[in-house]
Amino acid sequence: MTAPAQALALTALAEERLAYRRSRARRSTGIALVSTVVFAAVLLFATTASPGWPRVRESFLNWRIGWDSLPAILQGLWLNLRVLVVCQILILILGLTLAAVRTLRGPVWFPLRALATGYVDLFRGLPLIIVLYLVGFGLPGLRLAGIPNNPVLLGGLALVLVYSAFVAEVFRAGIQSVHPSQLSAATSLGLNYRQTMRLIVLPQASRRVTPALLNDFVALQKDCGLISVLGAVDAVRAAQIQVASSYNFTPYVVAGLLFVMLAVPSARLADWATRRAATRQGAL
Amino acid sequence: MKEDPGSAPVLSVRGLVKRYGERVVLGGVDLDVAEHEVVVLIGASGSGKSTLLKCVDLLEDIDDGQIVLDGRDISDPRVDAEESRRSMGMVFQQFNLFPHMSVLQNVTLSPRVVFRRNRSEADERGRELLARVGLAEKADAYPDKLSGGQQQRVAIARALAYDPRLLLLDEITSALDPELVGEVLDLVRELAESGRTIVMATHEMGFAREVAHTVCFLDGGRIIESGGAEQVLTDPRHERTQQFLRRVHSRP
Repeated sequence: MTAPAQALALTALAEERLAYRRSRARRSTGIALVSTVVFAAVLLFATTASPGWPRVRESFLNWRIGWDSLPAILQGLWLNLRVLVVCQILILILGLTLAAVRTLRGPVWFPLRALATGYVDLFRGLPLIIVLYLVGFGLPGLRLAGIPNNPVLLGGLALVLVYSAFVAEVFRAGIQSVHPSQLSAATSLGLNYRQTMRLIVLPQASRRVTPALLNDFVALQKDCGLISVLGAVDAVRAAQIQVASSYNFTPYVVAGLLFVMLAVPSARLADWATRRAATRQGAL
Repeated sequence: MKEDPGSAPVLSVRGLVKRYGERVVLGGVDLDVAEHEVVVLIGASGSGKSTLLKCVDLLEDIDDGQIVLDGRDISDPRVDAEESRRSMGMVFQQFNLFPHMSVLQNVTLSPRVVFRRNRSEADERGRELLARVGLAEKADAYPDKLSGGQQQRVAIARALAYDPRLLLLDEITSALDPELVGEVLDLVRELAESGRTIVMATHEMGFAREVAHTVCFLDGGRIIESGGAEQVLTDPRHERTQQFLRRVHSRP
């Protein structure tokens, strides 16, 4: 029988196996590195060797024009960011409300349930660009008092309308994924339906759907650029103005890269949230 | 360790160490299992019984020591773990049947996907096995429609479907209602009598006494006493074993 202290020191055999595993790991890393370099080289060669490359480089990757367009695009991006934050908050509230309404039970609530279902069907089905046109040009066209004709507000409204329909469905899936036994347990403790929802179901559901929600928000981030079709001077519109004055497409590339840089942290956040949810439930 | 001199052991564990971070779960375990032998692991929760079975089935990487199956060191990282696992069958405490597959599909999954048997052959053998565990009429049902005892019998049939050299049973009756324990243990008894080589972690002391050739008592991640079932269970030498058995027997 081995003593505890001896068990902690590795035997020569285990040392050798550990070394073998490490050398395999190093080998895998090496292979990954070589394969990446080769792949990148092939890609680079295929692009730069194409006959039209010099012209494409001149009209899409002109450093000077890109650099000159940066301040205007950044200013536009600041607008996108503000729209994003406000829309995200409104979408969460509206989406959660819609989801809650759709899960209401009892015949009294039928009209509300039907309304919410119709809303979700309508706005999930409509292409975002059409909603933007209808809201952006149609609403002010009614000439009702109190309806703004600010393209940023109207564009934001269209985004909220469409995205809350998607987010509502994500929430609803989360609510329905909470096991019925949880409802039984809460009900048997004397909680009513609203208390059960608020204290038992929604906390579990929102934890479960965080990764899916973050995924929707990454999509929202880039779709914020679509408010430019209503004339709001956001990053995309700013780039368009630069393109029109310089006859060069580089500002679009700059705006695109900025949107990607905006999306990357959210994507990592989504990964992290997914991982954490999995770890908590003991899957990892 | 009780050695069975005539034959080479099917399984031989040497100096097995398993850690989770700083915590030593198995602190140097030695265990030999001869062909047709039934070895029962007893011990309190957290003593390392389950971890030992998982390490043997290569479901966990081990930190030190060797696991030798039929003379081949399967804990060597150069040995194909997937191939080694094909010689072992494991049954879990929580059944772990696949809920989206019928009972027959559960049983024939490995023969068809891993061993490339054709469908009719695998189905025929699957139905035979289900008949043997007394569930022939449930072949096309889904696991959720079955009682716990029935599910566990399906899980045993699934583990036997590719005729493994060694059967590992991890507290397979712990999640069952008392009146369902009997049907599962009866099946294990039959398997033991037909000469299966079995390593089994259990809390069923009466069953262990009746069926086991060897009983090992684990405490704090090591086997501190092992021997014939009668000897360990009625006349344990080690003080910790005596304490454990007193606690178990004093339960109402």
